[in-house]
Parts: sequence; C-alpha cells; structure tokens
Amino acid sequence: MAKLTTTLMVASALLATAACTKKRPAVLPPAPGETATGPTTTTDTVTPGSRADFERSVTSNTINFALDQYDIDPRAREILDSQSQWLARYPNVAITLEGHADERGTREYNLALGDRRANAAKNYLAARGVNPARISTISYGKERPIALGSDEASWAQNRRAVTIVMN
Amino acid sequence: MHHVRNSVLASILCLAGAASAQVPPNSAPPVAAPATGQTAAAPDAQSDELVVDVVGGISAPLGIAIPTMPAAAVTETAAGRTDELGRQLSQIVTNDLKGSGLFNPANAQSLKPVEFGEVTAPVFDYWANARVSALVQGFVRGNSDGTLTVGCYLYDVFSRAELARQGFVVKPSDWRRAGHKCADMVYAKLTGEGPYFDSRMVYVSETGPKGKRIKRLAIMDQDGANHRFLTNGQSIVLTPRFAPNQQTIVYMSYLNERPAIYVYDIGSGGQRLLVNNPSLTFAPRVSPDGKWVLFSMAVAGNTDLYRVPISGGSPQRLTESPGIDTSGSYSPDGRRIVFESDRSGGQQLYTMNADGTNQQRISFGGGRYATPSWSPRGDLIAFTKIAGNFRIGIMSPTGGNEKLLTNDWQDEGPSWSPNGRVLTFYRQGQGGGGKADLWSVDLTGVNERKIPTPLDGSDPAWGPLRP
Repeated sequence: MAKLTTTLMVASALLATAACTKKRPAVLPPAPGETATGPTTTTDTVTPGSRADFERSVTSNTINFALDQYDIDPRAREILDSQSQWLARYPNVAITLEGHADERGTREYNLALGDRRANAAKNYLAARGVNPARISTISYGKERPIALGSDEASWAQNRRAVTIVMN
Repeated sequence: MHHVRNSVLASILCLAGAASAQVPPNSAPPVAAPATGQTAAAPDAQSDELVVDVVGGISAPLGIAIPTMPAAAVTETAAGRTDELGRQLSQIVTNDLKGSGLFNPANAQSLKPVEFGEVTAPVFDYWANARVSALVQGFVRGNSDGTLTVGCYLYDVFSRAELARQGFVVKPSDWRRAGHKCADMVYAKLTGEGPYFDSRMVYVSETGPKGKRIKRLAIMDQDGANHRFLTNGQSIVLTPRFAPNQQTIVYMSYLNERPAIYVYDIGSGGQRLLVNNPSLTFAPRVSPDGKWVLFSMAVAGNTDLYRVPISGGSPQRLTESPGIDTSGSYSPDGRRIVFESDRSGGQQLYTMNADGTNQQRISFGGGRYATPSWSPRGDLIAFTKIAGNFRIGIMSPTGGNEKLLTNDWQDEGPSWSPNGRVLTFYRQGQGGGGKADLWSVDLTGVNERKIPTPLDGSDPAWGPLRP
C-alpha cells in the first residue's frame, strides 16, 4: 500500500525506530544512492494513501447540509466527486463517514439525522464507484460540534458529514 | 392556611382524570409502625379539611412545621449519632416538602425542641401559635441489630388530630430513605397525590468544553444525595433509563467507537451489549413488565422502532416508515407506545400498540414535537416542543389539552416523577460557554427549579418509587 519515502534521513529514522524493538526491519530500505520506484518522489513525509494525503488532496473532507436535511447539494457533490477520485486511486483504503447535526434538534432525533447524513454521503460515493464495503458510517448526532456558537453560522458548520480515512 | 376545599378536591380529580385510580399503591414500609406506649388521638375523620391545593398555581403553600426528630436515646449507630440523624431527617422532610412547591415549612431552628414524649402527644397550643396548619413529628432509635427505626407522625394543628403515622426500619446505609418515606406519607396524605420522594434519578453528568464534552452516567437520590458516577467518561454516554426493578439501567454508549445500547447492572457495575448488530442502536426504554427493551435502530440511513427481550436476541421491528421513528415510550400498562416520527415531514407524536399495530398521529400543532414520555399515571404525555425555542409540554394521550410548561431557550427531554406530578428535564444554555443543567417543574407549570448536581447534567431519567 503505502510506499516509504526514501531519503536517507527518513530511512535512518525508520531504522532507528525499528531499532527500538531490537529487531532487524523485515524489509531493508534501499541503499543510499538508489532511487525508489513509485508515483511520488516528494521530500515531505506525507504518505500516499494516508489520511494526511487525502485531506490535502481533496477539495474538502467535509460536506454540509441544510437544517433538518440530508440531501447532497451541488457543492457537496463537487466535494464528494473529488473524494471519490482520490478513493479510486487508493482502492484498498477504508473510510468512515461521520454524520453530525447541529444543537437545534433533540438528542435522539439528531442521532438518526446524523446517520441519515452519513448514509447519504455513502450512497453518493457508492454511486460514483466507491465500493460500499470500504465505507463504514457513524453518527455523532449533536455530540461533537466543531463550531461552538449558538448562531446560524455555527449551526451551518455543524450540520456535516466528514470523511475520515482509516490509516 | 386552612382550606375547606371539597369543590377544589372534585376538580383535582377531574384534572387528573383517572389519576387517583392509577396512583401507584402506597408501598408499605419495611416493618409496621412501632408501639410507643402512648395512644394518639384517632385520625380526624374530616381530614380533608386540611388539603393542599394542587391545582392552578401555588398561591398559598401550606404552613407546616417539621421540628428536629428526637432520639429515643442518644446512641451511636453506623449512620451516625441518633440525635444528629434526627436533625438531618427533619431537614430531609423539610427539603422534600418545600421542594414540591406545595408546602411552606417553618424554619426548624426557630422551633422549640421536641421531647421524645411529645412525639405522640404534641403541645398543640405551641404549634397553633407558630401559625402552621400541619405538624410532622418523629423519632429515631438505634436497634440492637444495627438497624434504625424512624417513626413519623402527621398532625392537623387546628383540629389537634393525628392524621397519619408510619414507622420505618432501615439499614444504616438507607437512613435517608426513612426521611423520604416520612415526607411521602405527609405529602400523600395532605395532597391526595401519590408519593415520589423516595426515588432516584439516573442522568448524564457533563463537564469539559462544548466541542468535546466528557459525559458520565451518574445516579443520585432525587434530592441530590448519594450521588455516584457509574462510568468513567472515556466514552460518550447518552439517555440512560431505569428498568422497573431498578437493578438495571439501559443506556447508549460510544464505547469502542461503536455507538450501541448497553444493559448495565447497578449492583455489580457490569454491563453487556444489548443487540449485536453493526447498525446504530439507541433510545432504549424498558417495558413496564421489565421484559422488553424498546429502542431505535438506524439501518442504512433509516431509523425505526424495534423491541428485543432484555436478555438479548433478535430485534422485532415495530415501525417501517421511511421517516425517522424514535424516542419510544410505553404507557404504564405496557400495551401502548408513544413515539416521534418525521414521516409527515417534521417530527410529530404518534401512538401505537406495543406490537406496532394501529399507529396514529396525535400531535397536530405548529412546530415539531419530540422526546415523548408517557406519565406513570397514564393520563398525560410529556414532550419537547420545538417552535423557535424548545419547551417542555404535556398533552393527553389522544393529543388534546396541550399545555406548555416552560419557556426558556432550549429545554429538552422530560421524564416523569413516579407519581406523575413532576417532570425533570435538562436546560441548555446558549453559546460556546453554554452548559446543560437538570431542572424540574410541576405539571401545572409552576415551581420550576434547578436540581443541584456536582457538575453539569443532561438526559435525566426519574426512577420508580423505591419499595
């Protein structure tokens, strides 16, 4: 899946980490001077197919919803399309879709609404070719807001579905 | 003060519907009343001359005196010294009665000390001058087997008659319950309502920042005493409810990032997953016969009501609408269920038989109706109404006579006292610093008061009367 970047520094850091367990690493990194094959030759430490890679590659990991709604609006479509493209490049990556609601709903209904939103996003991604077996859903109802105010702007941010890549 | 209230008594019965027929039987105390060697005056046949007006506002809470209960002898017990217990017991009774909003207890400090011999032979001249209508006297005795005996006597000061007496033999760890049982005796006798003070609440204790609340299950006596945490805060916990036997709590937890319903044993502290299914399960309630758990399950984006034996097994599906069906609550006879559904476009209340048949909408007002809770008296359904702000309300089980009881920004999640007279709910404050707290209100809409908890709180569930 993920390919190790191959700068000397990273390689020796990895060796050092492996050394903590006092075992030889199962696969030795290439010797200095060799170049590794693979699609990336960046010198940063973001691993392709990782959560960090996903979050910097896609338009957004979050789509938003109107009050009490769970439809995928045009902006959400754009975002999910960008996610599905990335997911197509890394077919072995599993994701979790978190569904959230704002505080202006009752607790149990909001758990159900979060589930609706997560599944709406899942269904859209599936329609875009993402294997639904890769996608699990979880609802947080109104339990985990990201915007803490009690105003329309905060509530709009909290009505969301977030795509989390499982590393 | 002193009311002749026969006509009001009649309207109490009408308002409460069949309430008096459905008041839970007054539980017998653990042991019969003790003999004190003195005969008290016979209970006044016209005791309904001393009646607390429970209808339409508390214009005149009944003046009542609850002096410190003397000890038969000052001895040490496992609960403490008997004279100190007597002081605290009268305080428990005072706080319970005052908290109901229907009584105005005289300040115990200002009352004369009561000798043990007076307990069954009150000095009525003194009490008449104290300008109270009712008098509660009692005593405490440590028994040789380590238990405590608490006697409780209620007198009508004006007619100088004993209205009721009960005795309670309790383990030292349960000593406060004797105070609550005494308050219940007084309350039930003078209001005609069922008792409710000897009960507990389970709720979610909250602390921490709004975006990442630390939530723990907690249990306490309804007056806030004997508070203890049941979970450690590492997982979000929501909506706990008692099983009727009070040995078990059902609740929802995000343990292992897998939100699901757990059955928690209060005695052992152990718990088990109720339904082994990858779908989200939540909103649990135990049936009145203790056999079923009614709950909601979200399958591929659609939430319906189900029930499953409390011992686990295959869930039986009860509703099949494409809407969100949740927050089910049983009628006290277990034959009907009230729930909320947005199948008509927004959350409204519906009732159905316990097997899912005969589903009927009962709410038709503007706004949304949610979190229904069927009164243990059967006569009312409480709910959260959302129309701008969130307000606690009640309506009849067929949907009429809607009345809103509170009017704050976000009041949610009503739960009934065992006598169907008082509702507890939680009130959320606005903004990033907004916190949730537990509150209670009388079903006539008065006596709204905050329930003290060590931290913040939400999702209160009032347990049954303790036997």
